[in-house]
Amino acid sequence: MENITDPILEIKNISISYDQKVTAVKNVSAAVQRNTITAIMGPSGCGKSTLLRAVNRMHELYKNIQVTGEILLDGVNIMQEQPNAVRRKIGMVFQRPNPFPTMSIYDNVLAGYILNGIHLSKSKKDEIVERNLRNVSLWDEVKGSLTKRGTFLSGGQQQRLCIARSLALQPELLLLDEPTSALDPIATKHVEDLIVKLKDEVTIMIVTHNMSQAMRISDMSMFMYLGELIEYDKTDKMFNDPADERTRAYLTGKMG
Amino acid sequence: MEMKTTDNKLAFRILKNRLLYITVCVLSAMTAIPLVAILGEVLVKGWDQLGWSFLTEATPNAYKAMEAMASGESVPGGIANGIIGTFLMLALAAVVAIPVGILCGICLSEYRHNWFAKTVSYLTDLLQGTPSIIIGIITYIWIVVPTKGYSAYAGSVALFIMMLPLIIRSTEETMKILPATLKEAGLGLGGNYWRVMLKVMLPASFGSIFTGILLAISRVVGETAPLMFTTLGSAVISWNMSKPMSAVPLLIWEFFNDPNLQSLIWGASLFLLTFVLCLNLIAKRIAKKWKI
Repeated sequence: MENITDPILEIKNISISYDQKVTAVKNVSAAVQRNTITAIMGPSGCGKSTLLRAVNRMHELYKNIQVTGEILLDGVNIMQEQPNAVRRKIGMVFQRPNPFPTMSIYDNVLAGYILNGIHLSKSKKDEIVERNLRNVSLWDEVKGSLTKRGTFLSGGQQQRLCIARSLALQPELLLLDEPTSALDPIATKHVEDLIVKLKDEVTIMIVTHNMSQAMRISDMSMFMYLGELIEYDKTDKMFNDPADERTRAYLTGKMG
Repeated sequence: MEMKTTDNKLAFRILKNRLLYITVCVLSAMTAIPLVAILGEVLVKGWDQLGWSFLTEATPNAYKAMEAMASGESVPGGIANGIIGTFLMLALAAVVAIPVGILCGICLSEYRHNWFAKTVSYLTDLLQGTPSIIIGIITYIWIVVPTKGYSAYAGSVALFIMMLPLIIRSTEETMKILPATLKEAGLGLGGNYWRVMLKVMLPASFGSIFTGILLAISRVVGETAPLMFTTLGSAVISWNMSKPMSAVPLLIWEFFNDPNLQSLIWGASLFLLTFVLCLNLIAKRIAKKWKI
């Protein structure tokens, strides 16, 4: 695609099936431009989350899911790397905020290091925690209560904490799976502002079924339907002049 | 006119509601009656005996007890031999059963779709339902016969077999209700599988697992039948686990069988009941405090 000049991620002929019966993603190929926000849209069950989860190899936790095809991160096929190593480079934020319930806010930010068995000095830890909490605009709100549990925060704050937790490992790519669907409008606004701000340092792919959200924050948009990638273009172009009739139907609310 | 019927209907519904409420209250009160009656009886009869010497002295022999009874004094001695035996055997059984049970519970929850795990899970249920006297006789054949003697170790093995399914079950059930995204979030950060289990999943379920352990202990602390076949009992204070030992529930049975010692039954019962109630209360507190 002519829009992609500097791809960080290349998805090649990815198909994903459950129980060798249901094919959730059908032969999808796409490249993602570095330091942009790419939205993946589509009606429920179109395979958008399934595709996103394949990128950090989450499907390997479930034996009944088969993934075929190649995914290249900076030209290296991540399907042949250690899953743990891939996941350190590709962060993931989930639909419901899920800070680790028994860890403090401080430890939640450092969770990536703790769970990878990486030991840091106290000053290095303090620095990582402060930098990442500032990065998600949470520092001023929680700097006095870093030892409290992560679940003590409000839903929107928890989600920003989860983003900080992913960013702490300095990933190259951040996957967001409907990160605002469990949040109220104000918290959603905070998270959206944050996502836009973050694209300078990390490439972002976001699954959303909120079309206006995709329009507000994304540079590129994918539209998926019944497991196929129907259309992939610049967001302005897709929303103003979609090439495919199904995209048009979805964007105008006639489908999905 | 129409208004009137509506009013009547409403009044009838309120009346029905009241009646049902009262019925529920009465029935709940009735279920509490046996518990209160047991507590009251044991408390009234055992309170006088429970004292420092009762907790620190060994069981008197029948002759001394008879002498005391004849001269109208209260029976001397206590249940220290049983308390020590109970705690030593429980401690040994728990030290082994807790790690084994927790690891097994994690595995059963993690591989819940695997046929082998399903089978083990089912067998755990069976073990949990096995009558304790059968566990006693099996331990007798497995441990006491080959080692040619009754011992507190054999008693520990019997208690271990009884505790294990309880701990496995509580761990498995707790791990199963944790949201899947918690594990995914941990692994999504590139975390090593066992680190995610030990640092995220296990702490998140710590409260319930700990509660399960305390309830397991309180379930087996009163077991008598499996101990009869294994640790036999002993009238003196002993710390040697390779020899027979006593236990509080065993003592109650012995006191019952010896007319001279019967007055000690209630003190021992009160001790056992208090211990179990305390464990249950602590378990409740912890479950509440560590709830996520």
